[in-house]
Amino acid sequence: MPDTLSWFTVLFAAVFTNNILLTNYLGMCSFLGASRELKTATGLGSAVIFVMTTTSVLNWVVYYGILKKLGLEHLRFIVFIVIIAAFTQIVEMIIDRVSARLYAALGIFLPLIAVNCAVMGASLFMIIREYTFIQSLAYGFGSGVGWTLAIMAMAGIREKMVRARVPQGLEGAGIALIIAGIMALAFTGFNGMMNIS
Amino acid sequence: MARSRSAKIFRENMGTNNPVFVQVLGICSTLAVTNVLKNTVVMCLGLVFAVSMTSVTISALRKGIPSQVRMIVELLVAACYVIMIDIGIKAYAPDISKQLGPYVGLIITNCILMGRAEACALTSPPWIAFVDGISSTLGYSYVLMTIAVVRELLGSGTFWGISVMPPGWVNWSIMVMAPGGFFMLAIFMWIIKKFWLIPAQGGATNA
Repeated sequence: MPDTLSWFTVLFAAVFTNNILLTNYLGMCSFLGASRELKTATGLGSAVIFVMTTTSVLNWVVYYGILKKLGLEHLRFIVFIVIIAAFTQIVEMIIDRVSARLYAALGIFLPLIAVNCAVMGASLFMIIREYTFIQSLAYGFGSGVGWTLAIMAMAGIREKMVRARVPQGLEGAGIALIIAGIMALAFTGFNGMMNIS
Repeated sequence: MARSRSAKIFRENMGTNNPVFVQVLGICSTLAVTNVLKNTVVMCLGLVFAVSMTSVTISALRKGIPSQVRMIVELLVAACYVIMIDIGIKAYAPDISKQLGPYVGLIITNCILMGRAEACALTSPPWIAFVDGISSTLGYSYVLMTIAVVRELLGSGTFWGISVMPPGWVNWSIMVMAPGGFFMLAIFMWIIKKFWLIPAQGGATNA
């Protein structure tokens, strides 16, 4: 069944109809923590796109190339988390050496991303839905873009919200969750177009 | 001394320092399953086990962990316990395991787990770390179970899978969809802060 989905369908669904943040609640911690400024959100978002795309592909190769052949599928949690953590560490070191400007923009976010549930979540979803290699690539990239879209929209709204009066007790995370809920509501409007879950 | 400290930690994690509505940590992996109460309970039990055992293990090993690699050690220890949970759920409740899908594995990246390991287990003896781990996850569980009860009741008209709503009840399908989870959590936080936390602090925090 999953083989019939074209890579474009998977990509589109990952960004809009099955947005990893707004329909699966993954990556909430950094979403709530780093969405106060648009600039930070953009930096974190681009780092997430990069890491999610590469780790999905890496994890796909390792899962089907090594774990499945040896019958060690139950070790996938441990292997995935190590790959993600090691990858972010290596990328951080490379960026630090190569470009100071890029490091200032992305580098500080990379350690945070290692424990971002969305990155791990994308890899696990891709295994459970039995995606092919191309579909996994599209799914990893699409999920990253979808997450970035959500956090940038959120940061844009929150920047405008600074001067708004919020009911007592609802400041900070509370109002952010309500905004996220309304955004999720808007995104469910895409559901009629396609659904991959 | 040790006894009173653990009691204090327990109380704080249940109320004034609750991981969900005060620290806003770890809602990622578990909020997703709160549309069905049974799944939430299984998920929360898994989380309680994983976090408390990880805290104890990290705390017992804390003198031998070099600080540069402590993150990866924490993740590896957590991953071992999560694999046990995953195999356990698969063996005893295969249906629930299928419904939970990837979320069991995502306990590893749950922020509470890392947060407790970093904040408490690395500096405290095992007993304190255990109390801290178990109380913060229990404090987390009761919030999510409340949300799950409301969402299941309004969204599907059932409680623990049993139909309880009067005939003619129309399901609020928004409640079982993603936005319902966001709204419920926000409303829950609002009520708790408005009627409990802010009065408890003498209304000092009107930021």
